[in-house]
Amino acid sequence: MELDALTLARAQFGANISFHILFPSINIALAWVLLFFKLRYLRTGKQAWMDAYGFWVKIFALSFALGVVSGVTMSFQFGTNWPGYMQTVGNIAGPLLAYEILTAFFLEAGFLGIMLFGRPRVSERVHTFATLLVAFGNSLSAFWIIALNSWMQTPAGFVMKDGRAHVSDWLQVIFNPSMPYRLTHMLLASGLTVAFLLAGLSAYRQLKGDRSAGNGAALKTGVRLAALLIPLQILVGDAHGLNTMEHQPAKLAAIEGVWHTERGAPLLLFALPNADTQRNDYAVGIPYLASMIIKHDPDGEIRGLNEFAQHPPVAKVFWSFRVMVGVGVLMLLTAWFGAWQLRRDRPAARLDRRLLCWLVGMTFAGWVATLAGWYVTEIGRQPWLVTGVLTTAQAAGQATTSMVAGSLLTYLALYAGLLLAYVSVLFHLAKKAAGQADAAVVLQEVQA
Amino acid sequence: MNAAYWLPVIFAGLMGLAMLVYVVLDGFDLGVGLLLPLADDAGKDRMVASIGPFWDANETWLVLGAGLLLVAFPMAHGVVFGALYIPVLLMLVGLILRGVAFDFRVKARDPHRPWWNAIFALGSLLASLAQGVMLGRYLTGFAEGVLPWLFALLVGAGLSAAYALLGACWLIMKTDGPLQARAIGWARHSVAGAALAVLLVSGVTPLVNPAIAAKWFALPQLFLLLPLPLGTVALFALQLIILPRLARRQAVGNDRYCWLPFAATVGIVLLAFWGLAYSVFPQVVIGRMDIWQAASDPEALWIILWGALLVLPCIIAYTAFAYRVFWGKADSLSYQ
Repeated sequence: MELDALTLARAQFGANISFHILFPSINIALAWVLLFFKLRYLRTGKQAWMDAYGFWVKIFALSFALGVVSGVTMSFQFGTNWPGYMQTVGNIAGPLLAYEILTAFFLEAGFLGIMLFGRPRVSERVHTFATLLVAFGNSLSAFWIIALNSWMQTPAGFVMKDGRAHVSDWLQVIFNPSMPYRLTHMLLASGLTVAFLLAGLSAYRQLKGDRSAGNGAALKTGVRLAALLIPLQILVGDAHGLNTMEHQPAKLAAIEGVWHTERGAPLLLFALPNADTQRNDYAVGIPYLASMIIKHDPDGEIRGLNEFAQHPPVAKVFWSFRVMVGVGVLMLLTAWFGAWQLRRDRPAARLDRRLLCWLVGMTFAGWVATLAGWYVTEIGRQPWLVTGVLTTAQAAGQATTSMVAGSLLTYLALYAGLLLAYVSVLFHLAKKAAGQADAAVVLQEVQA
Repeated sequence: MNAAYWLPVIFAGLMGLAMLVYVVLDGFDLGVGLLLPLADDAGKDRMVASIGPFWDANETWLVLGAGLLLVAFPMAHGVVFGALYIPVLLMLVGLILRGVAFDFRVKARDPHRPWWNAIFALGSLLASLAQGVMLGRYLTGFAEGVLPWLFALLVGAGLSAAYALLGACWLIMKTDGPLQARAIGWARHSVAGAALAVLLVSGVTPLVNPAIAAKWFALPQLFLLLPLPLGTVALFALQLIILPRLARRQAVGNDRYCWLPFAATVGIVLLAFWGLAYSVFPQVVIGRMDIWQAASDPEALWIILWGALLVLPCIIAYTAFAYRVFWGKADSLSYQ
């Protein structure tokens, strides 16, 4: 593949947005979990909930900082990498982005200081309210961004005049056909990411000897939240897939690896989609199952890629989808098994060592599934930037290849370093907290 | 006088306001970052604690400024940030490094802490220098050549000095004891640098850009504009008078009027900003594009304007509330 300016610009934007999404996908749900901890503390008066809050708010602060700085980067790259984007659809993207900054971004950042450091200086009520506003701001931010992204996938509520999109109905723009599905799917993805992060880091603390009630509460919250959300996510994912079939059939054909329209299509578990021969090599599948899932009829017809003049690259979409679903299945098994182990308020401290190790391994499972899911939907939209309106190539800028290559390498090096630092600091914090909890227990025993 | 005329003017004003608020707010916390290596370990913790509750929100104003340029003047966003590709990249790297170092330094292993402190200071320096270079490049209309680049680098150094002054004055206001005494010293040193910077930008900008010179040096504007340079000189003079007095009084435990240097510096920033805005308006890319050529369609601007009018007062109110909650001297931060 030749590295032209378009490929580089896409790689750079993809790298930036992939790095960025890691942190909102934690923050959106973690803010609500923190509010839950705070409310449990206020309701029960048990210090354990406040201990859990105290530990997890540090992780929230760190993730928030990474989300802010990578978000600042994004706001500069829209114009430099994709000037054609604002020129064509600025009347829609502009207001949505502006509303995101004005109503959501400021709200979360404005109350973050009080949430993180304000407890000694404000009343309990104001502190809880600040936590609520930060959580609300985070989710509102997701609402606007997903509205814009969904509009790019399934545009509605506009007319084209002189090569520019003009809004005819804002409600249709915001609540476009794929928006409710994508928003729910993303919010649940954030919930699952946080559930496994909670479970994984708390399991790590427990392995390091932490038997504190606060850590047990966080571990239980994580496992139960995961067990609750994963079936919902599977249902919503299925509905999202049906929505994709209706509005973006080419993407669906790529997901299922259907090169030629067929009835009774198998669900492919493994295949190497081959763009040259327009076939799948080494395909292993379950007969009729794809038609069954998508059409709810074993003999249902799935439109193949041959029916579309332009379609996305098949292998990337096909495999990203399988990674997402594969991780989802692992999540289901893990969460339900864990929840069963914790049934009827069995203490987290009695969990089996092997299960704890497995949970540690699954700590960042949510990240893998979320990224894979975004690759499905974003690569699946190609070659369009805005479906049927603007192609990615048309929107690309004039930046020279060497400059983009240089900045891409800079970002990649920076992001690799930061990701390493983030993950190691998370485990370091967990280890330190475990050490302190252990010391506190020993102290109590000595005093007794 | 129709909407197509007024809307771009209003948005130029809003964008200017966002940039101004950004320069004041992130200016002081970037300045604190610049000064960090000069303090001892306890001082470093206190300095970081003084900006801890604010920096996230401060940086949001940059997103608003850049965002308004993107959504209200999309043609200019591509041209400006395309021409500033490398300084913007460096600024972002600086902002990323300092933002994460800020959080990592308190959470990382103790032996790693000096590294994160250094990254925090270096990131702040990189971001300050890059922002100054961006301003310098912008003011020359992105002219190529050795002299325009030299000018841009000097503006970079000058803006860093101004940020250091803001940061030092912030610390005078927010701390006490030995750190406050040192901050007064830092402020006295950076006043000279900041004054030089203002002088340089005001002197050289008309030289490199005849159109700007024509806007200033003609009658009767000249007389109407005189309060700007005179006010700036007066505020610098005020700094030179109060800082030594504050140092003497602080030594005997009296820091009344400790807010005055910060207020005076904010005043200087306001006047300098007003001067720059007058020089540039109504251009958005100097010598190439005015705000009306660059503006989005009125239909999009109306929608954004209604949102902004509704939401900006709330933002200002809760920002003020957050500053009031953390009013007074900064104490050590704890997540509880």
